[in-house]
Amino acid sequence: MSAAPVEPVMSQAIELDQAEQDTRRRRKQSRWFATLFLAPTVIGIGLFTVIPIIASFVLAFFEWDIISNPKFVGLANFTDIATDPTVRVSFLNTILFVIAAVTLQLAVALGLAVLVQSKMPNFMRSFFRSVFFFPLILSAASVSIMMSYLFNQNFGLVNHFLGKVGIPAVPWLNSETGAIVMIVLVYVWQNFGFSFLLFLGGLASVPKEVYEASSMDGASGWRQFWQITLPLISPTMLVASVMAIIAALQIFDQPYVITRGGPGDATRTAVMVIYESAFQQLRFGRASAIGIVLTVLIMLVTALQFRLSRRFVFYS
Amino acid sequence: MTTKTTAVESASSKASRTPGIPHHAWYAPSKLGKYFILLIGTLLTLGPVLWTISTSLRPVTESLGASANLIPSSLDFGSYREVFEQVDMKLLILNSVLVTAACAIGQMITAAMAGYVFAKVDFRGRNALFAIVLATMMVPMQVTIVPVFMLIRGMGLSDTLLALILPAIPTAFGTFLMRQYFLGLPDELSEAAQIDGAGPWRTFFSIFAPLATPGMAIVGILAFNYHWNEFFRPLIMTISEENFTLPLGLVSLQGNMGTGSVATVLAGVVISMIPALGVFMFGQRTLREGLTAGSHR
Repeated sequence: MSAAPVEPVMSQAIELDQAEQDTRRRRKQSRWFATLFLAPTVIGIGLFTVIPIIASFVLAFFEWDIISNPKFVGLANFTDIATDPTVRVSFLNTILFVIAAVTLQLAVALGLAVLVQSKMPNFMRSFFRSVFFFPLILSAASVSIMMSYLFNQNFGLVNHFLGKVGIPAVPWLNSETGAIVMIVLVYVWQNFGFSFLLFLGGLASVPKEVYEASSMDGASGWRQFWQITLPLISPTMLVASVMAIIAALQIFDQPYVITRGGPGDATRTAVMVIYESAFQQLRFGRASAIGIVLTVLIMLVTALQFRLSRRFVFYS
Repeated sequence: MTTKTTAVESASSKASRTPGIPHHAWYAPSKLGKYFILLIGTLLTLGPVLWTISTSLRPVTESLGASANLIPSSLDFGSYREVFEQVDMKLLILNSVLVTAACAIGQMITAAMAGYVFAKVDFRGRNALFAIVLATMMVPMQVTIVPVFMLIRGMGLSDTLLALILPAIPTAFGTFLMRQYFLGLPDELSEAAQIDGAGPWRTFFSIFAPLATPGMAIVGILAFNYHWNEFFRPLIMTISEENFTLPLGLVSLQGNMGTGSVATVLAGVVISMIPALGVFMFGQRTLREGLTAGSHR
């Protein structure tokens, strides 16, 4: 009488126990799995990105040439780079370069994207899309070698064609303006394809009914562009500008290969002075300090993106 | 005005035949004007590359003149022979292939693993960890390069190919892409597998990994293209010429040669473009998707 009702309860308890053991085993297995699968990425990023970021911040307050012991110097590296004419002119160059290159890049990319996205046979659209995307896959170093040849003062193709229209040979590499213009052109030639792809995506998402409606209202081509296309692709415009600015702030390969920063300091950029401080002058603390200033610039641009996207950009 | 209306009408009728590609008719310049601009753009984009290829095939004397003939007067492969003599091209190519392949394969595997866990395995602190991984994408490489250089030196790996490979394998962007990819695969797949008694390992290897190959292809092609072309890290991490990669070798060759035998250097440049051309021909769509994926965050 007393044993009978106990029996089912017992078996239930055993079953529960087994189910719990099952989930426990599964959970343990899953924890092992997650740990092992995350390990290469998480440890790798920790070792090669997170710790170096922290180290870079610490290093910026030290003087260190690798050979002797690091010496704490407080803010000396920062005051040094603030007063160093080479560093100052390099940052100024970088900012001017960003303004010129990004403006040109976005204008070319948007113009071509609008044309490619307009009415045309599909095979032609994919042809043009491939063409304008092509320079993006080449190495900046190879492109720079190639362009140094094309922009050669004496036998380069660029001066050859300029000569045909009566412009005397431009000393691209020996004049400050020439070198700056050349670096901007070479950079934009290689990178406009990226913004172009973003704009193509943005334009494809604008519903064509909007255009039909506005044409019925009698809006003309340019007015449609300013009043419809541009506002509707403003999210793309914002993303494309920010990505272009961040990339251009880090320019190094082209000036390094083409001009080594010259003539004088005319094409020296922020990343070039990081490179020179660290690996030519062995002033690692100073290089870190310059790197931090550049990072802050990049973060500011990103922060600006967040603010602007909340305020001005139109989301449909 | 009338022409514009017809343009819109024909554009919309065209669009109805090819869904997914809206046609815009905000501007109605003459068709001629549009194609003229696109043609100029095409010439300016392809011209420099075609000119480089053509010059690398010219007789050396002709490569120094500024003749505007695109077609060489006679084909001369002498510059290609010369570049292999001037610099150890075989070794440069081998180094580049090794580094690029190791980085691409390493990224594909580790990003798939981490991306899967971030998408499909629940654990405490998962989102915080993923946010940290994402945040590292914002920091430019130039800031971390000095400490990474020290670290590599401390590991005794300075001036080796491993110095280029090891730090490049963990990839925040690849992990982000693979997580997106796995999020797109239905959870029911893993639930069904668990009911069948499959553990996490079998669920991943027999169900999710095979489905994730297109995503892994994007990560692989992006890594291939990036590391085949990269210049900054090899410039810092390698010292002796036997560890140079192709872009670095070509730049140092250009520095050594001056403008005298420019065709020789250009032959090297053309060789360095071949793999990129291969990717362009066969993986263009994948590459395009991957490159713009970061903008949809």
